[in-house]
Parts: sequence; structure tokens; C-alpha cells
Amino acid sequence: MLSLLLIVVAVVFAFQAIRARGLIASALWLAGVSALTALVLYLYGAHQLAVIELSVGTGLVTVLFVLAINIAGDTALDARLVVPLPLAIGVSLLFVLVLGWLVLVALPAPPAAPAATDFADVFWQSRGLDVLVQVVLIFSGVLGFLGLLAEVKAPLGGSLAESVTSGRDLELKALEEQLLEGQESPE
Amino acid sequence: MNLSPFTIALIGVVGLLGVGFYGLLVSRNLIKIVVCLQILAKAALLALVAAGQVTGQVNLGQSLALTVIVADTIVAVMGIALGVQIRRRTGTLDVRKISSLRG
Repeated sequence: MLSLLLIVVAVVFAFQAIRARGLIASALWLAGVSALTALVLYLYGAHQLAVIELSVGTGLVTVLFVLAINIAGDTALDARLVVPLPLAIGVSLLFVLVLGWLVLVALPAPPAAPAATDFADVFWQSRGLDVLVQVVLIFSGVLGFLGLLAEVKAPLGGSLAESVTSGRDLELKALEEQLLEGQESPE
Repeated sequence: MNLSPFTIALIGVVGLLGVGFYGLLVSRNLIKIVVCLQILAKAALLALVAAGQVTGQVNLGQSLALTVIVADTIVAVMGIALGVQIRRRTGTLDVRKISSLRG
């Protein structure tokens, strides 16, 4: 029953993360969802994964969100939605009902449980390709983080062509002024 | 009502997927869309571990879920970096305003 309580609270936290107007508040509600998910994973016997989820999902990702929101600014947008609210609620409820029917009613009984193996054996030997994929993903994540910290080189607003032509106009104007001054000075 | 742990996990999976999907439909802020993707990834995580537990292969479920955590974190980092750069260049995080395709 504890896991049911944790899961219900996690769903409520997730809803609050979406409803929150401020981005910082949204990130903090998401951290709550991650922490509760880690607790549920621990209750389900996935102890190693629970620790990783708690440190990465709750810690690292939340720090990244807060850093990015501090850089980008916590701006609230006006209330206009992408799709009308009744349509969004209707589609989401339909999605939940169909998915719930599929997984809770129409799902066949699970097969008999085989003998359990060690996590390290499964992770390093059976899922070796996953480790390679994770290494590649981590490298792309590092590049992404460098992108987060990179400064803007292009001017804000306007295309590169506009900036080049405006710079050239300024240079021509300065040259013209110099020529005019040169014509005036001998007199 | 006596619910099995697998059923409880599935209820959580459906709930989190529903909330994440709803968030994707109504959110216009780029960083909030990344938050919605994170919620969807939590649901996938829970589903993998629950499936591993019910089939007696918790460690296989854990190792698959670990890949999901890594991928999910990278998606968050890339999405956040994209959002910050778009905000610097265009001054907004509104997905409607930054879209250059008009239909």
C-alpha cells in the first residue's frame, strides 16, 4: 500500500510540475517526482537503480534546470495554450483510458519467473552494447553542456547578411566623412 | 481491493504517461516541455522495473532502465542548452514564436 501512496503522490507532483507558472517551481516539483520514483524503485527491489535515479534524476537534472533557468530567465508566458484546453483534457483522458485498458485488462499474464542473475553480470556482459551507447550519449551530453555555457557570437535579432551590410554602410559613411574633411582642410 | 505490486506500478505508469502527455499538449515554454519529457521518462523507468520484477529479472530491468536514465539526462541537457541559446538569440522561449514554419 505504501508504493500505491507514493505513486499517487508522484502523479500529483507531476501534475503540479505542469501547472506551476514559474519554471523554478516546475523544476522543484519535478525533483519531487524523481525522488518519489526512486523510493518506489527501491521498494520494487531495484536498489542500485534507485540510488542512481536519486543522484542523477533528483540531483544533477534539478541543478541543471535551475542553472539554465537562471541563465535564460524565469519568464511566465501568457495563458494562450497550444491546443484548446477541453481538447487537451479530452485527448489525455482518452489516452489514459485506452492505455489503462491495454495494460490493466488486456495484458496477458506474465511468464514464470526464471532464476535471478547478478546486476553486474547482466549490465557488463549481457548488455554490453548498452554501455557503448551510454558512453556515446554521455559525450553528446558534455557537448550539449558546453553549448549551454557558450556565448552568442551573432548579434541579437536580424540575420548575418543584415549585420554585414550594416557594418559595410558604416565603413562607407566613415570613409565619406574622411574624404569630405580632406577636401575642406586645404582651404 | 487487493492490488498486486505489478498492477500498482502500472497504475503509476499510466498516470505519469497521461500527465506527461497532457503537459506536452498544453505547454508552450520550451523548458517546460523538457520537464514533460522527464515525466514521460519516469513512467518508462517504472514500467521497465515493474516488468523486470514480475518476470523475475529485476537486474535486466535495472540495466535497461539505467540506459533510459542516461538517455533521459542527455535529452534534458540538450533541451536545456537549446532553450538557453534560443532565449539568447530570439529573446523568448515560446514555441509558437520561435517556430519559423507557418501553416
